[in-house]
Amino acid sequence: MSATTTDNPPLLEIRDLTIEFATRAGPVQAVRQVSLGIRKGETVGIVGESGSGKSVTSYAVMRILDRAGRIAAGSIGFSGIDLPGLPEREMRDLRGREISMIFQNPRAALNPIRAVGRQIEDVLIRHAQATRATTRARAIEMLEQVRIARPEERYHAYPFELSGGMCQRIVIALALACGPQLLIADEPTTGLDVTTQKTVMELVTELTRARGMSTLLITHDLGLAAAYCDRVVVMERGRVVEDAPAQQIFRAPQHPYTRRLLRATPRPGARLPDLLPEGEAPPVEAPEATPGPVLLDVINLVKEFPRAGSGGLGSWLRRGPALPPARAVDGISFQIRRGESVGLVGESGCGKSTTSMMVMRLLERTSGSIQFDGQEIGAIAPRDVTRSALRRRIQMVFQDPTDSLNPRYTAGRAIADPILRLGELRGAGLEDRCRELARLVGLPEALLGRFPHQLSGGQKARVGIARAIALNPELVVLDEPTAALDVSVQAVVLNLLQDLKLRLGMSYLFVSHDLHVVKLLCDRVIVMRQGRIVEQGPTGQVLNQPAADYTRALLAAAPAAP
Amino acid sequence: MSATQASPSAFAASLRHARHVVTGNAVTGLAFAMFFLFLLCAAFGPLIAPYDPLASNTAIALQPPSWAHPFGTDQLGRDILSRVVVAARLDMTVAIASVALVFALGGLAGVAAGFFGGWTDRVVGRIADTIMAFPLFVLAMGIVAALGNTVTNIVIATAIVNFPLYARLARAEAAIRREAGFVLAARLTGNSELRILLTQILPNILPIMAVQVSLTMGYAILNAAGLSFIGLGVRPPTPEWGIMVAEGASFIVSGEWWVALFPGLALMLAVFCFNLLGDGLRDIVDPQRRS
Amino acid sequence: MRTVALRLAGAIPALIGVILATFVLTRVLPGDTASYFAGPTASAESIAQIRAELGLDRPLPEQFLRYVTALSHGDLGMSLTTGQPVLDDLAARLPASAELTLSALLLAMAVAIPLGILAAVKQGSLADHACRILVTGGVSLPVFFTGLLLVYVFYFLLGWSPAPLGRLDAFASAPPTVTGFFLVDSLLIGDTETFRAALAQMVLPVCTLSLFALAPIARISRASMLAVLGSDFVRTARASGLSPRAVILTYGFRNAMLPVLTTLGMVFSFLLGANVLVEKVFAWPGVGSYAVEALIASDFAPVQGFVLAMAILYVLLNLAIDLLYGLVDPRARMAA
Repeated sequence: MSATTTDNPPLLEIRDLTIEFATRAGPVQAVRQVSLGIRKGETVGIVGESGSGKSVTSYAVMRILDRAGRIAAGSIGFSGIDLPGLPEREMRDLRGREISMIFQNPRAALNPIRAVGRQIEDVLIRHAQATRATTRARAIEMLEQVRIARPEERYHAYPFELSGGMCQRIVIALALACGPQLLIADEPTTGLDVTTQKTVMELVTELTRARGMSTLLITHDLGLAAAYCDRVVVMERGRVVEDAPAQQIFRAPQHPYTRRLLRATPRPGARLPDLLPEGEAPPVEAPEATPGPVLLDVINLVKEFPRAGSGGLGSWLRRGPALPPARAVDGISFQIRRGESVGLVGESGCGKSTTSMMVMRLLERTSGSIQFDGQEIGAIAPRDVTRSALRRRIQMVFQDPTDSLNPRYTAGRAIADPILRLGELRGAGLEDRCRELARLVGLPEALLGRFPHQLSGGQKARVGIARAIALNPELVVLDEPTAALDVSVQAVVLNLLQDLKLRLGMSYLFVSHDLHVVKLLCDRVIVMRQGRIVEQGPTGQVLNQPAADYTRALLAAAPAAP
Repeated sequence: MSATQASPSAFAASLRHARHVVTGNAVTGLAFAMFFLFLLCAAFGPLIAPYDPLASNTAIALQPPSWAHPFGTDQLGRDILSRVVVAARLDMTVAIASVALVFALGGLAGVAAGFFGGWTDRVVGRIADTIMAFPLFVLAMGIVAALGNTVTNIVIATAIVNFPLYARLARAEAAIRREAGFVLAARLTGNSELRILLTQILPNILPIMAVQVSLTMGYAILNAAGLSFIGLGVRPPTPEWGIMVAEGASFIVSGEWWVALFPGLALMLAVFCFNLLGDGLRDIVDPQRRS
Repeated sequence: MRTVALRLAGAIPALIGVILATFVLTRVLPGDTASYFAGPTASAESIAQIRAELGLDRPLPEQFLRYVTALSHGDLGMSLTTGQPVLDDLAARLPASAELTLSALLLAMAVAIPLGILAAVKQGSLADHACRILVTGGVSLPVFFTGLLLVYVFYFLLGWSPAPLGRLDAFASAPPTVTGFFLVDSLLIGDTETFRAALAQMVLPVCTLSLFALAPIARISRASMLAVLGSDFVRTARASGLSPRAVILTYGFRNAMLPVLTTLGMVFSFLLGANVLVEKVFAWPGVGSYAVEALIASDFAPVQGFVLAMAILYVLLNLAIDLLYGLVDPRARMAA
């Protein structure tokens, strides 16, 4: 832990900062009277859900708010300089030299048509950190420092030729090139795989510590803040609700919002009901699972995709040997029993979504067998599945609740759709069923007449779930059902899913990248990597005594609140 | 109960929003007013026109605008105002007919290409690419020359050269939605492919296509007028804006500006009006901008 | 070089499509070429005879083969009006059209791109409003009408420009042909007199055409610059303290030019069409007015030759744009 003695004055001090955005409905305050300070060498995290104003605060420090936003009141002091009052010209000298920033979505944060080495040089030359003669050597040196292998070669690379993790390292090199005193990291690991997240965060910590820099980490992830910050500031709807040393925030949170956020964050040892706000016990207490007979049996399933650019005139001209097709799913086998929840976990590109699409019969398989309740369904072509009896027995909940609802259907119409197509209920019976489903998923009846754009993310997720269970399916595939939701909404939705499963006796195939989320809901876990299963077994066993190195790496990489 | 159907209140909300856009934005309001003026001329042109558009009277040839003839008279003494008003019907008919034709053919072909993919996509794409390989107006000239010099063929030529625009737009919009969550969900809830196309894809694409229609209508008018300006399709003495500008062209150098100016202005305003309408329509159909 | 070869190969399907489509236009569509050639009073036998002479009684694939063979020899048929081979006529008149169209495109780009960029950089400024008016107004202007208005104002009312009758006035003589572009050829022999005369004739038609091309270029420049300025990497550049100049030019402009390049193909398609109308207004002796005259005289070979020539020109132009795109965008180089 860094020095936090009183004789160390804050490097950055924000006092009563209020930021307004001009909208069509008049000015809106995105940030209200926010105060916080960062001392030299200190790492401070700002944690909050979407719309909390955490990113806007950091943009105000850099003075890169977009045109509609302005600092309405308050002060931002940086080593004795008043930032809001500084002429733009002098502010430009500070940016990149004294205060730097790294962003989420690193590939988009780099100029797509300029070699990455040149982009680092641009910053070096701008702040007179190198002469024309030495700049190239300095840029390569920076690439080395962020552990880019073969830096001389990568100097000429364009962002699209590099992985997401490598792009983030280039952005870090860009930010640290001129030796700033403060680094602002705005969701630096969002969208990166969990193992990449860990290496990126460790790199940032190591480099900033070595230079005695201060860091402001903006994140929605309490676990990340817990792992890397000395002090944590919690923001809710534009206000700071709590500001305390990290240990204290997690051991003894003071503000009700912090407590709620902390409870909702999946963590080791927590059970599903523990995520709900205090006093909101789940309606049904989870009994010990008693798995029934095998419902889904997947044997040696393979999916190959032709490589891009193979076939056609182009490949003929290239005269190279034909590339073998890419194997997205490479011979996997697993079972799901009645009443069981199985988690399918892996990083992006591991084949977990492809697997779920094949089980749903939305995608043709290359080879292998999929048996549902003893019947081979793998041979049913995706276009024929609509008419098969199978359709009402397997349903799906999609990743993005907004994308999965037709913008022109009301919530009620969306829920009624499967019944209209596959069920028998009509008229009053149909309406009663829709109301019953809405009650089941906790959607207020009054919202049934609304369109998706009039609903919140959590409400849309409920509509999607109601639609999936409308015909009492036996198996529901959950494709990252909470990935697009804030953590407090995620806690509620996960509990709802558990509750529904117990009441209706469904089986779940839960597809996710997040082991901590999967373990809450699932009896068994399957870990996938590069199209293969590396490990599968009961949840407790896989999480507590993982057999595969990869599972261990995944577990170790995921940041968790203490 | 409204839960299972598109609620009537939603329709009322759309109407309210439309009224808000029309009245809230002066330019769009003006465009709508002009649009109705042109429709009026197209529908009742011969009744509104003060004179017979074909009646010539060489005694009053080439008279500048006056109270009797607000737009002046042409080389045969015909009243230009009457001719401009009556011409609206022909110009609008050509534009609307060609756009309706291409909307139906290009839209359907594009949606099918985007939704079904495979060989449908390849065939439609190849046709669109081949048309796009020509400079469009030049191709329209070639088509009219090959098919024969008639108004119907101008409609067909204009529709053909606009085909790629519609097919590509519809294809792109359908292809984005083909893998959208709500389409997958519809597939899972037992909707047939055709049903998905009709209930999930088309209703969500139609508004975007409507904007395209409005924007292309202006181009269709320009295209047809351009063809008649170089002497294709419409024959004198039929009143039509393009050919009237062509007739007036020879009088510009001797200073009789009104012969070409007024039909040209009418043409310009009509195109301008459709372009503004397109922008206005975009505001109406864009659900993100509804408050 | 392999990239270039790949791009060239990519243009082949378009060329095949163009030739096939022109063949369909000439032979397959209902218009009966033979009875047209024979004239309105011809008897059935003479029509049949002409049909045999033209090879129109053969099966379509054979006709297509003959058509392609003739094309490969540069045989586009004879013009009935001029009595010359169509190819020679087109070759003689192409420089006039090319000089006009290219000058208009250059002028339009020189005005529209800076205007669009300025409008995006300074939103809500005078340049932004000017750009918006130009964009909405520009696409609504019938190009032949703009031409006539300009003639009326600058020739009849003000008398600043010469009569709209071709590339040179009656007293000047054409410079010896080197490129066929009067502006270039006159400068090559140092004849400033002819240069000035040619320039004076060109000003109005070039302005007319470029007014037409301004709107789409300005619109896309503004839109793509706005998109780029709002992108993540420009935010990174700003957060690194780069000067506005570097942000706008090195980071913004080069990226914003990519969609503009793509649109240039479309703009050129419009220009080649508008060129026909402008040539008619200004009695410009180019390929467009040649085609229009032939069309009015129902002389189809020149029209078909013109359509094919323009299409081939346009395909080559798109190819050039593709190659240029590859130079600017490394991603396109890899995708090839």
